[in-house]
Amino acid sequence: MKIPAMRMREKLVVRVVSRIFIPFLLLFGLYVQFHGDYGPGGGFQAGVIFAAAFFLYGLVYGLDDLQRVVPWRFVEVSLALGVLIYAGVGVASLLLGGNYLDYKVLDPHDAKHVLHLGILLVELGVGVTVSASMLAIFYAFAGRRAA
Amino acid sequence: MLPIEFLLISFLVVTALVISRMNYLFAAAMLTGIFSLLSAGLFTLMDAVDVAFTEAAVGAGVSTILMLGTLSLTVREEREKPLRVLPFLIVLLTGGALFFGTLDMPAYGDPDAPIHHYLAPDYIEGAETEFGLPNIVTAILASYRGFDTLGETAVIFTAALGVMALLASSRGKRAKEEE
Repeated sequence: MKIPAMRMREKLVVRVVSRIFIPFLLLFGLYVQFHGDYGPGGGFQAGVIFAAAFFLYGLVYGLDDLQRVVPWRFVEVSLALGVLIYAGVGVASLLLGGNYLDYKVLDPHDAKHVLHLGILLVELGVGVTVSASMLAIFYAFAGRRAA
Repeated sequence: MLPIEFLLISFLVVTALVISRMNYLFAAAMLTGIFSLLSAGLFTLMDAVDVAFTEAAVGAGVSTILMLGTLSLTVREEREKPLRVLPFLIVLLTGGALFFGTLDMPAYGDPDAPIHHYLAPDYIEGAETEFGLPNIVTAILASYRGFDTLGETAVIFTAALGVMALLASSRGKRAKEEE
């Protein structure tokens, strides 16, 4: 995907429009992530939207520039981090004397509030892993050169 | 069936037929994006907004880009191939069997269908009283079926690892060559 990216970069309209769009895409991804318990969406959708913003950047500015923004190392780490956040919530509730993934024990003062906290953390884990795996797949595909 | 549903379904069928007959792969990749967008519209009409959201983001967005990425590694035209009879018959047979299978299913939106009487009432009530969450889907995914979702996250993680192991192996080599 090297050559089309180079050509895209020279297109003024594409460059300007994508530059305007990317912050809104990121913000929308965060909105879907943290508003998922009230509106449609959740960690999975948010992760995909968040990754899509970076895809757009990569398509316009090229893979090398994108990898300067989000390095491989970061993708690899957050890929595992998401699963660890999710599983960690389960372990935390075990340590606090509840069952695995029993959100109620995380903070006993307000039952409803804490259920939200558990769901929020778990969804965050899903979102992190999903957006990292989307980027990892994108990098893996786009990083190959035509044989 | 609403007229808009009829319209969307006919567009879906037409798009699917065009994709299957198209030799120009770039257009076929774009049409799969349109196919996903149409299905997202259908899901919205069924009030399954979370599914529609996923379909629009993954199907119309990410997977179209990945398909274009794959196309940049291969040729843009598919070679002309004669229609082979046996695979065509197998597809027809499978499709027919699937249609036959739907005949026994309860009608769409039937409130007496068994699936609406097993766990769904508990979930619908619990999401409100136990969690105070307006989005039942999130309550089910993150809490009632928290173990499933943990497994799914692990599956996504494993899938990404698999893709990286298969495709990204050239990265290390190239980095060394450039050094």
